[in-house]
Amino acid sequence: MPDTTSAADASRNAELDGEYDDAAGYYTPGEPIRDTKAPDGPVDQRWSTRKFEARLVNPANRRKLSVIIVGTGLAGASAAATLGEAGYRVKSFCYQDSPRRAHSIAAQGGINAAKNYKEDGDSTHRLFYDTVKGGDYRSRESNVYRLAEVSVNIIDQCVAQGVPFAREYGGLLDNRSFGGVQVSRTFYARGQTGQQLLIGAYQALERQVAAGTVETFTRHEMLELIVVDGKARGIVARDMVTGAIETHTADVVVLASGGYGNVFYLSTNAMGCNVTASWRAYRKGAYMGNPCYTQIHPTCIPVSGAHQSKLTLMSESLRNDGRIWVPKNKADCDKDPRDIPEEDRDYYLERIYPSFGNLVPRDIASRAAKNVCDEGRGVGPEVDGVRRGVYLDFSAAIERMGRDGIQEKYDNLFDMYERITGENPYEVPMRIYPAVHYVMGGLWVDYDLQSTIPGLFVTGEANFSDHGANRLGASALMQGLADGYFVLPHTIRDYLADGPFEHVGDDHPAVVEARESVQSRIDHFLGNNGTRSVDSYHRELGNIMWEFCGMERTEDGLKKAIDLIRTLKDDFWRNVKVLGEAETINQSLEKAGRVADFMELGELMCIDALNRRESCGGHFRGESQTEDGEALRHDDQYAYVAAWEFTGDDQPPVLHKEDLVYTAIEMKQRSYK
Amino acid sequence: MKLTLKIWRQAGPDAEGAMHTYDLDDVSEDMSFLEMLDVLNEKLIERDEEPIAFDSDCREGICGMCGLMINGDAHGPEVTTTCQLHMRSFSDGETITIEPWRADAFPVLKDLCVDRSAFDRLIASGGYISVNTGSAPEAHSVLVPRDDALRAFNVATCIGCGACVAACPNGSASLFMGAKITHLGELPQGQPERDNRVVNMVAQHDHEGFGGCTNIGQCTAACPKEIPLDVISQLNKDLRTAMRHGH
Ligand SMILES: Cc1cc2nc3c(=O)[nH]c(=O)nc-3n(C[C@H](O)[C@H](O)[C@H](O)COP(=O)(O)OP(=O)(O)OC[C@H]3O[C@@H](n4cnc5c(N)ncnc54)[C@H](O)[C@@H]3O)c2cc1C
Ligand code: SF4
Ligand code: FES
Repeated sequence: MPDTTSAADASRNAELDGEYDDAAGYYTPGEPIRDTKAPDGPVDQRWSTRKFEARLVNPANRRKLSVIIVGTGLAGASAAATLGEAGYRVKSFCYQDSPRRAHSIAAQGGINAAKNYKEDGDSTHRLFYDTVKGGDYRSRESNVYRLAEVSVNIIDQCVAQGVPFAREYGGLLDNRSFGGVQVSRTFYARGQTGQQLLIGAYQALERQVAAGTVETFTRHEMLELIVVDGKARGIVARDMVTGAIETHTADVVVLASGGYGNVFYLSTNAMGCNVTASWRAYRKGAYMGNPCYTQIHPTCIPVSGAHQSKLTLMSESLRNDGRIWVPKNKADCDKDPRDIPEEDRDYYLERIYPSFGNLVPRDIASRAAKNVCDEGRGVGPEVDGVRRGVYLDFSAAIERMGRDGIQEKYDNLFDMYERITGENPYEVPMRIYPAVHYVMGGLWVDYDLQSTIPGLFVTGEANFSDHGANRLGASALMQGLADGYFVLPHTIRDYLADGPFEHVGDDHPAVVEARESVQSRIDHFLGNNGTRSVDSYHRELGNIMWEFCGMERTEDGLKKAIDLIRTLKDDFWRNVKVLGEAETINQSLEKAGRVADFMELGELMCIDALNRRESCGGHFRGESQTEDGEALRHDDQYAYVAAWEFTGDDQPPVLHKEDLVYTAIEMKQRSYK
Repeated sequence: MKLTLKIWRQAGPDAEGAMHTYDLDDVSEDMSFLEMLDVLNEKLIERDEEPIAFDSDCREGICGMCGLMINGDAHGPEVTTTCQLHMRSFSDGETITIEPWRADAFPVLKDLCVDRSAFDRLIASGGYISVNTGSAPEAHSVLVPRDDALRAFNVATCIGCGACVAACPNGSASLFMGAKITHLGELPQGQPERDNRVVNMVAQHDHEGFGGCTNIGQCTAACPKEIPLDVISQLNKDLRTAMRHGH
């Protein structure tokens, strides 16, 4: 990726000089925050140093120490398996009926690792560099370096578990290039890499279940965190079948509960993805880092109508061969695309970004699609009066590679598209549109993956640390497994070395309080007798978020969104209708709790976005753009992590800033022209 | 489209269940089957009737969480998951019968939700390769022929939905189990535990109350991932070999 201008030059913008704080009045400024766990010294030695300095726990004592892990995705299952093997007593929770169904299963494209098997110039340092740069210099260099460093072990581990990665004829692992990266470092198992990696971790987890080190609690939802004397000591969970409210205590708690993209209602996330585990921890004192950082993925199947419950991602690998275009003239938008001649098509990415073309990074491709649709040149069915779709056209590729060539490469994706839309993409161009896909924000953690509540660790998509303002493809899977297999087991033992810990009984006031607060929320929802369904609120919240806190944000829009959310939240608590009982499966009740937390999160996301008057990564502030409409970062003012502290209902949150310091890498402005 | 829906409702694991009839108008053919049920549920809530409980999560055909008997077919008339079935597979005015998976080893929890945790216990009994974290050799130290890797992958795509069990008149989980045994058995890494794996999994299978396989083949016909019937032959072959080895 070429760097053209340095950050300092680009962020010098006369009109924007000076202090801006659009969010003044919406928050209280607080003390700066620092990551005190990352060792100093050269970036490539920090992890070895930290591992060496982390204290050990005698194998005989491990049986006496207990760990709760919420979540069984790549981050949670890998951690549970590894900590179980090490001999700790582990309890593992998930809301699905089996750990194998965690949302990680849906990941399609692949997982990165700096193996340099292709001898094409890859290295730990290059993976580190690409990841920091891809995140627009808003991630932590120590964390990202560690991620790149352990990436190679991940592949070894997975292969040994029997993950059937794609192979070459000689029997070696195959890899491909992915997501705008110029080396081949992505390992994959057809379009179902997440599934295969998760099955590997799940099998390792079940092996520990058989060995008696891990106990699983499926169809259990964590609804509250138990904090005793300032330390995380357990959770309150609802058995989603019997409705029993259970308390589980342990010496440490790990949240591996995934991302909160469903705050937008429509996203590529699984239906049950939620923020509750993280949000309950936030309300108990864990800071929330960069909540407004959302990744919008450019290649999703467009919305087909008001009934839509979720959006489906089409693997980004399609952009390698498909060409993206819309009609030049609005009048052509409802024509059969095959009848629109070449000269009337606008291959807008190739036109605006000639050197990267259809392979520009996700945020750029997404915003460009939104812009052409906002201009009225979108294609496909009109939903709410606008056509939101652009063509992803394979006709040239079919001519070049033959139908068989395309079939071999993309067949399952083409089938999936046809099944969902009823259109045959070999004959008519596919239609795509951006959708919310991943969140880079999450609970703030230090280098040990520990939150601001001692004893509460956060891994995978639920933490904020590794991706900055924009996540590159194939790096979330890498992070989940790195955290669970290789990072947490070392850092958590340093914490556990303080044990044995005092026993916390069910009658401890902190436990009783946590339990009662869960019970009173449930009682409220079931006794409310309102008039509107939970889903209708969720949909409305999602529309507000997408409109004002989605791909493009402005000061006015965000302020408006905050007002709208506050009104909606108020109405929700008074007017929501939840039928049925507590002592059985009650899906409306489950959703009500999640939507309640999404409302509060949505407000904080808007405040965070308001504070950050710069465009970076997937986050475009209308007020911060170059003359030709490109995203403009302001490293001089915003090279920090925004870590938000909860101070009470209807109280402004406190903002703690963590300065991002780069010693091994120079901040540069991105340019893909 | 206008539809008449006959849906199994059961308040809890021990409650008596019954079919209920609902009429639904304005069904668009772009809806997925589950979105159609979402729309019905919103209507029920409007009339103060408790919505119908059914399982789903990814809605992309990959997590295996959804699963309904639709007009007597596991996942319905197409070879796909229930979440990937669209209303264009049905016609205006049709009556559709919707029931939960029926199998002794999958007890009904409520309405259309069943308990499939027996599958997890089946995996725990041997469906893994024993390798501790951090002790794995360099990935390229063992070569895997491309065709073996491909075959392992093709059967590893099982999503654990349970349609095979629901479709089987005996309620057998042989297809699910055979898929795992074949996946791990195709790979060099899976060899050391091969005999133990099959013996333990088969014992667990019977213990869970799944029925025996009599080669009827309904399982593979219903499988959304098209897991082939020969994984069951592989299972039997591995079992015989293990027995010859004295297990
Ligand atoms: C369609 C799609 C494709 C993707 N493709 C790729 C790709 O190719 N490469 C890549 O690197 N990344 C990809 N990603 C991103 C990546 O899949 C996710 O970021 C990652 O899998 C998250 O893993 P996780 O372990 O943190 O959480 P998840 O896998 O989301 O797991 C969350 C777990 O937490 C549990 N949970 C949540 N809340 C609670 C609660 N309150 N109580 C109890 N349990 C709870 C859930 O049951 C689940 O077990 C993709 C994402 C999507 C949506
Ligand atoms: S074998 Fe097929 S039908 Fe059976 S659980 Fe696996 S995917 Fe479902
Ligand atoms: S909901 Fe995941 S497979 Fe259908």
